[in-house]
Amino acid sequence: MNNTPPTPSYEPPRDHYLISAGGHIRSWLLTTDHKRIALLYLISVTVFFFIGGVFATMIRIHLLTPDGVLVTPETYNKLFTMHGVAMIFFFLIPSIPAVLGNFLIPMMIGAKDLAFPKINLLSWYIYLIGGSFVLYSFSTGGLDTGWTFYTPLSSIYSNSAVTPAVLGIFINGFSSILTGLNFIVTIHTMRAPGMTWFRLPLFVWSHYATSLVMILGTPVVAITLLLAGLERMFHLGFFNPAMGGDPILFQHLFWFYSHPAVYIMVLPAMGVVSEIIPTFARKPIFGYSFIAASSIAIAVIGFLVWAHHMFVTGESTYAALTFSFLSYLVAIPSAVKVFNWTATLYKGSISWDAPMLYALGFIGLFTIGGLTGLFLACLGLDIHIHDTYFVIAHFHYIMVGGAVMGYVGGLHYWWPKITGRLYPEALSHFAAIVLFLGFNLTFFPQFILGYLGMPRRYHSYPPEFQVLNVLSTAGASILALGYLLPMAYLSWSMRYGKVAGPNPWPATGLEWKTDSPPPTENFHVTPVVDWEPYDYRNRPDLGLAAGAPLAPAHSDD
Amino acid sequence: MRRGVLFNATFSEAKQEQGVHRTGELYGQFQTLDQQKESATFGMWIFLVTEVLFFGGMFLTYTINRHEYFTAFGIGSNTLDITLGTVNTIVLIMSSFTMAMAVWSAETGKKKLVPLFLILTLGLGCVFLGIKFVEYKQKFEHHLIPGRNFAITYRSSHPAPGDDPKEIALEKEEVEKAFASDPDANSHAQLYFSLYFAMTGLHALHMIVGAGLIVWLIKASLRGRFTPQYNTPVEIVGLYWHFVDIVWIYLFPLLYLIDRHR
Amino acid sequence: MPEHSEHVVSPKIYLSIFLALILGTGLTTWAAFRNFGPFNIVIALAIATAKATLVVLFFMHARYGERRTRLVIVCALFWLAIMLALTLSDYQTRQPRMSRLLSRAAHYAA
Repeated sequence: MNNTPPTPSYEPPRDHYLISAGGHIRSWLLTTDHKRIALLYLISVTVFFFIGGVFATMIRIHLLTPDGVLVTPETYNKLFTMHGVAMIFFFLIPSIPAVLGNFLIPMMIGAKDLAFPKINLLSWYIYLIGGSFVLYSFSTGGLDTGWTFYTPLSSIYSNSAVTPAVLGIFINGFSSILTGLNFIVTIHTMRAPGMTWFRLPLFVWSHYATSLVMILGTPVVAITLLLAGLERMFHLGFFNPAMGGDPILFQHLFWFYSHPAVYIMVLPAMGVVSEIIPTFARKPIFGYSFIAASSIAIAVIGFLVWAHHMFVTGESTYAALTFSFLSYLVAIPSAVKVFNWTATLYKGSISWDAPMLYALGFIGLFTIGGLTGLFLACLGLDIHIHDTYFVIAHFHYIMVGGAVMGYVGGLHYWWPKITGRLYPEALSHFAAIVLFLGFNLTFFPQFILGYLGMPRRYHSYPPEFQVLNVLSTAGASILALGYLLPMAYLSWSMRYGKVAGPNPWPATGLEWKTDSPPPTENFHVTPVVDWEPYDYRNRPDLGLAAGAPLAPAHSDD
Repeated sequence: MRRGVLFNATFSEAKQEQGVHRTGELYGQFQTLDQQKESATFGMWIFLVTEVLFFGGMFLTYTINRHEYFTAFGIGSNTLDITLGTVNTIVLIMSSFTMAMAVWSAETGKKKLVPLFLILTLGLGCVFLGIKFVEYKQKFEHHLIPGRNFAITYRSSHPAPGDDPKEIALEKEEVEKAFASDPDANSHAQLYFSLYFAMTGLHALHMIVGAGLIVWLIKASLRGRFTPQYNTPVEIVGLYWHFVDIVWIYLFPLLYLIDRHR
Repeated sequence: MPEHSEHVVSPKIYLSIFLALILGTGLTTWAAFRNFGPFNIVIALAIATAKATLVVLFFMHARYGERRTRLVIVCALFWLAIMLALTLSDYQTRQPRMSRLLSRAAHYAA
């Protein structure tokens, strides 16, 4: 906040969404207010993040020595499976959309709520029911199939609790579908007067693209897991080669959703970054329409590449060639985004607030994750690094370095809006740096390990890999600190933080034009939008004092 | 600022409203009834998109297996009762028609006709499910439920007293021919029946959900709730019902009409 | 319907669509019992698609609805096509399966 001249002190609003319906537990469990539901999601995804995090910790401790120090090989299989299931289906996929998206989309477009508030609440309950099934599976025998549930292992051979897990993920899919449906309808029909499509914040655009993936992909994984579950329960043969079925068909159907699902995780984070960068560079975003279009392009092209997960499974060479080529295409819209963010920073008046640190971290880590993705899309190279730690490192750079960085950055950025309080500044800088260093120390060695040939999902490894594995485990403990710190000080700041005022940064979005925390109906008067997005030059209403360090007008943007 | 005011509002201060208010038929998050109707209809269309892809996954599984095991799928399909299948198709189309008429009655303000057409729709839906049940029962008696006792040869070797001997002889010949070209025909026919039950079963499940929704509509329509201004529920349940009809329009030829010209 | 923008379809149209659908059902059943070689499935799917189109356009009012509705329908079909086409692109270009080779060998031996 070294960028805004003397900060005025604020009183919190008298009435806002956190108190206006009362603090009683019923008022939370039966709420249809999108902001309260967002907080319910915040709590529940954090629980799953912890569960997944515990499994991750155990994996890293186990791999300290070549023979493994902690668990039996069977338990190790369960650890990485349950880590993946908890993190992907119950943390990463709902994290940004269901927490930040839920909270912000109606406010960003100037609506009182989502189009279907009750369905929004229903989708949280569906998430809880699905989550309970999965936790039941974890606690009664665990799950050892890998998060991908490949048949016929998952349908016949596994002795772990596959059926409840598959049911849980099937059920949870509907939560995702309903959230996506709600967002799409809301963005189409609930925009405030003057909020045209090309005045929508890029966060909304990226959530629109995310929702597309949710509604078009999720039903396919639902039916796939249903068929696999039926196969397991009734000994059918859809994917069982002994009965004429085709296990590769399962993989096709599974990845038809699960590859685009990566974009469910990372597109919203891109939306967060697109909001943070112009705010802390004090400059209109470079190439607004290109960033908006590239979100949609990623959602569409993301559906054309799934079989690059299957290059070594026996799919036809011609199909592999096609999918390899199509996979390279995703790099184009992704690069468009990265270049546009960088161009926004150029000659901006940058301030180093915590959200900005996370956003910059995102750009760097996502770029590494994305470029190593191209290695994997290359047919010949993939034969060498398929199913090695190279893959693990690659997708953790996208999912943790990308999606989680975006999520934590977004939480910081909108925390004053959500709670009305500011987080402690110095501590937040420290945590962001710890997170960044810890992350790289954990996962960069894994690139090298994979390239040298250490396979994923093995409970032991040759002694020459120990140094890199120890480094990775050391990094993981730093990374854990990097997560615990924000959790601690963000909770602390809910009560003790400095009162934020409506627009502490200041930023241009509609959500900053109302109180922090906002009233139940979001705006006291329905807003009318008559400005262009991210237009820092023509917004005297932001309260930037004359001579404030606004970026000079550039002719090149 | 007093500490802890965020979460410490006392219970006595708690208001009853959990979200934005509702006035009459207009829910609080909307500005106008038109906007509300537009959103609800659009939402149902989006939901139907997810249904297309949901069933799509099964149609894909079907396509690949049918292509691979055409002979076995043919004999499986020929064991289905074409008369019951055709009658059921007509019943379902009829129910779609009565549903469309229910929507029309609501839109034109014919309040008496709305429950009448809805009850007709519900009745036809139940007839469909009843016939489906009879078919499932037949398959059970003929050992055509996938599992340990599945035997595509069972019926032709254990004819019931009522069966047409000519029909049985034809089936026997066909099954033998199939086994000559595909020794695993029993497994592959079982695949056909796994898909048959999965696809028709999920379709029937959608019918049951639809029937539940129609019961709810009948109740509301008997109270005269649907008017030319407010008929969105009838409209969107109608959309759902027609979609379920469309799924059957594809299931019928794909399941009942493989290799019929034996 | 004064001051109501939406188009009310007349029962006459519904009735004729209904009759067309019944006709289509009869036609598809009839065609299934004739041998058109590889075209049996093509005919069956063509008739089914024609029937489905009638239902969507008239019973579901897509013909009278907004452009947005049509966009939604096109999207659904497009993504369904992606799934079918790209998956089948693998199956259509695979090496022949061993089981098929064996059965073909058995065929030639006979």
